[in-house]
This record gives sequence, structure tokens and C-alpha cells, in this order.
Amino acid sequence: MTQTQFSPSITSRPTYSQLQSHGGSPAILVADGSGGQALLDLIARDASVLDRGQIFFVTAGTEFGAQLREAGAKAYHQGLFFNEILTQYQAALAQATMATRIYLAGSEGLIGHATAEALAAGIDAGSIQGEHRGGIARRMQCVHCKGMTDDVTTDPFTCSHCGLNLFVRDHFSRRLGAFQGVCVDAETPGEVPETQEIKL
Amino acid sequence: MMIQPLQVTAVEPLTSRITRFRFEHPDGDTLPLFSGGAHIVVELPDGDTLRRNAYSLISDPMDGSGYEIAVQREESGRGGSRFLHSSVKAGDTLNVGVPLNLMALNLRAKKHLLIAGGIGITPFLAQVKQLALLGLSYELHYAAPSREDAAGLALLPDDPNVHVYFSADGNRMDVPSILEQQPLGTHVYTCGPERLIAAVKDGATTLGWPASTIHSEAFTAPPPGQSFQVTLAKSGKTLVVGPHQSLLEALEAAEVDIAWSCRGGACGQCETAISSCQGKLEHNDHWLSEDERAANSKIMPCVSRFVGQDLTLDL
Amino acid sequence: MTIRFNDETFRDDYTHFNSPEAIQRFPFPFDRDDYMYSVNIESHTSGPKGTPFDVAFDVDEHYVSEMRDLAITLEQDPKRCQSLPHMELAGWDLLELIMTSKVADYPDLFELHRDGNAWRWVNKPLGIDDSFTFLDASTLPYGPMEYITRQAQGDFAVLDQRDGSLWMDAGMVTCQADWSLDFNIGMNFTEWHAPVPKAHEMRIFERALKFLMNVQQGAPSRRLNWTMTVNPRLDTSPENYHLWGPEKRTVTPENVGQKQYLRVELQTFWRLPRSNALAFPIRCYLANLQDLSSVPKWGRRLHRVIRDLPDELADYKGFTLNRPMIVEYLSQFDDGAETSLGIYPAEDQS
Repeated sequence: MTQTQFSPSITSRPTYSQLQSHGGSPAILVADGSGGQALLDLIARDASVLDRGQIFFVTAGTEFGAQLREAGAKAYHQGLFFNEILTQYQAALAQATMATRIYLAGSEGLIGHATAEALAAGIDAGSIQGEHRGGIARRMQCVHCKGMTDDVTTDPFTCSHCGLNLFVRDHFSRRLGAFQGVCVDAETPGEVPETQEIKL
Repeated sequence: MMIQPLQVTAVEPLTSRITRFRFEHPDGDTLPLFSGGAHIVVELPDGDTLRRNAYSLISDPMDGSGYEIAVQREESGRGGSRFLHSSVKAGDTLNVGVPLNLMALNLRAKKHLLIAGGIGITPFLAQVKQLALLGLSYELHYAAPSREDAAGLALLPDDPNVHVYFSADGNRMDVPSILEQQPLGTHVYTCGPERLIAAVKDGATTLGWPASTIHSEAFTAPPPGQSFQVTLAKSGKTLVVGPHQSLLEALEAAEVDIAWSCRGGACGQCETAISSCQGKLEHNDHWLSEDERAANSKIMPCVSRFVGQDLTLDL
Repeated sequence: MTIRFNDETFRDDYTHFNSPEAIQRFPFPFDRDDYMYSVNIESHTSGPKGTPFDVAFDVDEHYVSEMRDLAITLEQDPKRCQSLPHMELAGWDLLELIMTSKVADYPDLFELHRDGNAWRWVNKPLGIDDSFTFLDASTLPYGPMEYITRQAQGDFAVLDQRDGSLWMDAGMVTCQADWSLDFNIGMNFTEWHAPVPKAHEMRIFERALKFLMNVQQGAPSRRLNWTMTVNPRLDTSPENYHLWGPEKRTVTPENVGQKQYLRVELQTFWRLPRSNALAFPIRCYLANLQDLSSVPKWGRRLHRVIRDLPDELADYKGFTLNRPMIVEYLSQFDDGAETSLGIYPAEDQS
């Protein structure tokens, strides 16, 4: 699978491009699902990216784990969900230096969440890259109750915390690593538009 | 730009070439405070020539009782520093603008690394005071030819975070090793000769520092050059820019109304559209993008010059 | 000047009202009969005496009640006031600016006594008399920005200036036109304006950013912006959209004059001294169509502006649904006569 092509959107929406190696700088590589292939592609382009690199991989039903584990990283962590390896990822961030580079690949939800964690740890935005692969699942914040809902693929969707029907905006916060969800039937309670797949 | 007349209340040599000037309000009023790294524009009426030069503030940003600058006499410069050294004395009144900061500290940084060469110490003298007040982590590295040439020495705190290097003593600043030890969240600021700025930028980039953590004093004094002629499309005026005059100064001398603030090619205020250009523009600013320069469509008259047949501005 | 403060509410029973004097000094935002989104920035604290334009931070008859409404909003949702850790110095700058400005503009209502960093602040309308140490946040009941903006009408965004942009890194936002501080905090100028339609095509925001980054101390600027709100509600936040959204459907041809409000933002821009941050106060003024139409020039002009507004702007400002009713109502005040240029009520004044 190749990089995802998005339709033009507003400027707060993140844009993604192919991961560029910074050689043997300390590196933290995080991916989910077919983002695993993006990491393998990066390693194939420049194997030195793993000289001081640690990989964090969320399998999401894919088979890239075996190859990534054998790729030669200094450390390898794998989980079914990002939350399973979040503590290890945060520990790696806490050890980061000015030279540390963050490579993220996979869903927008993962890239957003991992970016927010890295920023919170004091990593500069200029040290973080993301390459989108795979599905269009988004991480959404409900503007009303502030609850996060992961893996949102439809618009509107139901907030997993307060139960309101939310419209999926393209407005994105890097700090939160999430898109904004706003009540879709506020003016006419109960009149919810037909559910659609989120468009790219 | 708001300008107010201030009195020169002290003129004190710091070294053989560097002099400190202090300005106070004539009625003793408090002056607007500022942030470390800010500069002021001082009007220098030298005979028929009115220069407006920018100087970094070196005094305490939280002290509104006066503004202090340190000026190095530049024999080959355009004459502003010679005028200040030879003609300005305590009791004189000069017009001074409000403080403006194009090299502010990034207050999100977890540590501030300040690297100065020679007279480039000036903005850091105020920043060190601000950092101390805020209780923020910093290191200052200051290189000068010798102890006698180090104007900033007497103005710096006695503090283990301050490191000085005098090449006369064979003690050179080792930029790569300074950069290597810095923790995550460090921002580096450099002020001084171009080669020092380049060395820090290259060193930090090689070590993998993101570009947004590398800062340098962007504004520069307008360089002298060959005299050139300029035509103004709207008014039809033609004027000649002298070798030691900037295009902006020539426009002001011709009473053309043009907005400005830093006069050093960094703030973008005086950006001017070019109607036609046959010749070579000498872009000395830090404002226009490479595309804009290549298109020959804009010029920053505060610092940039021209050599060639025709330069017509949309003024 | 003594101000008689209204006892009124901005939610539930909505007892807000404008006195005839308040209507006359309302900051009507349209200086001509058509409206295009533009930067329209001018120098602040110059304007006819008695208007909101000739003082730094306007205090009007709604002051005491608005501060009461702000406190309710904050109690329900403390995230309306946030300041990232590096913005505390800017908070002190803002506190000083507002205190010294209020004392200068309203010496009968506010007092500030300073002895070095030992400050005493007296706010008579709100019954406050506090002594504290400047630059020592532990001597105030809140952080410096929250402390002073609990005593100032309107929203306040405090913007950090770095990396060639302005960053929304602190704010007190309780009467916003449908944007969330909690979501936008930490964003740069381009990111937080992203949802504004067409702004990028027009390159307006690039020019505005350049202007704002060059705002200098002692030379504040202002611009007016506007939208429409049903009921005199200050808290039209996205957070509470599901609570106030249904009110849009309560407008009828019979009540549109009373229920439909023009919501005007007086935005000002101030360079702060110690922090080099930019203060961006957004003061909200509300007047319903009926009150506005009592000024003949405004009734005529408002009809033409709302009638001719491009659909996407009406959508963005959220009044597409009620627009036909608004235009129909306003048409009775438009006799087709010419209107004079400028925003002020008198026909012969620009």
C-alpha cells in the first residue's frame, strides 16, 4: 500500500509525506497497521536509521511485526493497541536528547496521539515526522465533554463518553493529537444526518 | 514608529572601541519596559544626514529609569558609530524609538544557550537579566579577542553559567562540544560574526537539532556600497542613493512616506514593490523568500541595494 | 462620568437590555452598505468621546452583570481560562496594562496604588480591594491573567510571538463566537484561523499576521468583527452548543426584532512589554434588531448588508436558517434612501 492521498482541506489539518531518514541520530519509530510497511520502507532506504533506533508497533491485525522485530533496532515493543505500549513509548521519550528524531507511520489517530505525547515530553515539532498509511480512522475529541474517541471512521459518530451525536470537523489540534467533534443535531435535537464513511 | 526625545545622561568607554550610552526621559518619567533581546532605533543627526540606527538594549529590561546601549566604533561603517563616539556627549538630546524585539527568548525552552562573539554580547546582557529574574536555566558562552576588548565582561553577573573565552590567552570557544552536552528542550541563540553564527547553526544541525531551536540575531546594519539611482513610479521622482546611505534613508530624505520599524531587514515593514528592474538587486535582508528575490518583484529598502541600469519602485 | 450598572442576565431568563445611551454608542460594524471580509485595522484609542473607541478597555452599563455571567461560565467549565506555563510573565504584563488603563480612563471607579512591587488594587463596581506583590502569583487568588480578566469585559487571548507566527498560548474565553480555547490553545495563527472560509485564498491572513507581529508598545490597533446570535447570550461556546443551539429555532416573524441580536466584537491588539507577547482582547457587544433599527441609518444599512451577504459567510456566521426572517423584518426600515459613510449614527457624520 502506498501513501494516502488526501483531498484538499483546511490548514490546521495535518499533512503527511514520506518519512525522511536523518541517518544514525537517536530515533523513536512508532507505527500501527500498514504503517509497519512505511517503517520497513524507511529502513530499506536507509538502514542506519536503526543504529540508535527503537521501534514501537501496534499490530492492528497486520503481519509486519515479525519483520520489524528482526530489522535490527536497539529495542522493539509490540502491542495490540497503542495504550499497551504507551508507557514504554513515554519512557523512551523521557530519555530523548536534542538529536532524537521521531518517525510515525500509520493511522491519523496513532500519528496524532504519538505526536501529542512527544510534544508534551518537550520534543520540538520540527523533530517529528508522520507518514499516513492505511485506513482513515481518526482520533476525535468531543468539544462538549472533552472525551477522546479513537478509531472514528464515520461522520457523524457517537461520542463514546457523553453519547452526543458528533459531526467530524477537519479542525485539528496538535497538542491534543485529535480532530474536533461538534454536536450535529444541536439546533434540531434528534435530527441526525445519515451516517457516512469519513472521506479522505 | 513612535519616537521620543531622550536625554543622554552618561557616556562611558567600556573598551578602547566600545562606549556605553545611557538615555533617560528628560522629565525623569519611566520609559516603556522591554524584553531581553530588544533594540531601539536612535536618530543620529549628523550634519545634513539623518541616520536611524538600531542598537540592542543592554540594560535591565525591568528597569524603566533609562535605556543603555553599547556601541562599537566602526571605522569602515557608514558613520553612525563614528558620530556617536565623536559627537554625542552627556546632556545631549537624541530621538529614540520604542523597544522592539526581533530576537526574543523562546520562553517555552527548558534551557537557553546563549553564544556571543565580540560586540554580539549586547542583546544577551539584557537577556541574562531577564532569565535570572524568571529563574530559567541558561548558559552564556562569550568569546572576545582579549580581556581588554571584552566590553561585556564588567556587565555580566558573576555566575557559573557564564563562560568567557579570550583568544589572546589561547582559549578558544569549542562550539561543537558546547552543543553536544545540551539537554532536550534547549534553544540556542547566537549573536556575533557571520562565521560564528554559521558555526553554531552547522554544529547544531549536524547534531540533529531541529531548525526551530536555532536562533541568531537576524537584523544587520545597512551595508555601504556603490551609489545608485532610483525612480519612483507614482510620484515620478528620481533620487540618488549615496554610498553610505541606505535606500530607505534616501527615500526619507526625499520625503517619501514609508513604514519601517527594525531598519535591519528583519521585520518586513518597509517591504516595497518593484515596478521595473534592469540590473542586479543586492538583497541584504532576512525577510524576503528565495522565490521573492528571484522574481525581482520586491526589495527591503532598509538594507538592500542595487547595481545596474534602472530600478523603478512602485512608490 | 458615572455609569449606572444594569442588573441583568445573559442566560435563562435573558433580562439583558440596552439603555438609549448604550444604543447610541453601540459599535455598529458596517461603514458602508455592503460587507466583505477584510482586515480593516485602525489605530486604537482614538474615536469620538463616549464611544467604546476612545478608551483602552471600555467599561459600560453591562460591566457588573457581565462579570457575574463570566463567573458562572467559569464555574461550570474552568477550561475556559487557560495559560500555558511560559505565559505567566505575559499575564503580569496584561494585568498591569488593564489596571493602569482602567485607572486612567475611569479614575472614579478604579484605583491602583504602587510602591515598588507592593500593589493595591481597588475596583469599586465589583467591591474589590486587594493588596498583592507584583510578579508573585502566590499573592493573588488566581494567576495574574485570570485575576484581571475576571474583572474585564470580553474575551482575552494572549499570544506568544515566536518562529515567525503568533501562538494562542493563554486566554480567558467565555463569550466567544463559537470557538474553543481549550481546543485551540497552543495553535499558531494559521492553525486557529483554519476554519475561516476563503481567508487563505484572499491572502488576508498573511498580511494580518505581518501587521500584528509588528504591533509596537504604546501603539495599539483595533478592528471590528461581527456575527449574529439568538438571545443576548454571552456564552455561545462550542462546548455548550447543544444547550444554546436549539434557541435558534425559537425565532418567529413576530419576535425576530427582539430575539435576534447583532453580536459585535471590538478586537484590539497590544504589544506587551516584558514578555513581548501580544494581547488580543475581544470585547463583545450585543444589540437586537429592534434597538439597532431605532437609528435610521443603521436600520437601512443592516438590511442591505444582511440581504446581500454571500451565502458562505452567512453559513460561517451561523444564521443561514433565520436569514430570510431577518431580511424581511429589516426591510421595513429601508426606504431606499442613501446612507452616509462611516459607522456612527448621525447621517451627516462619518
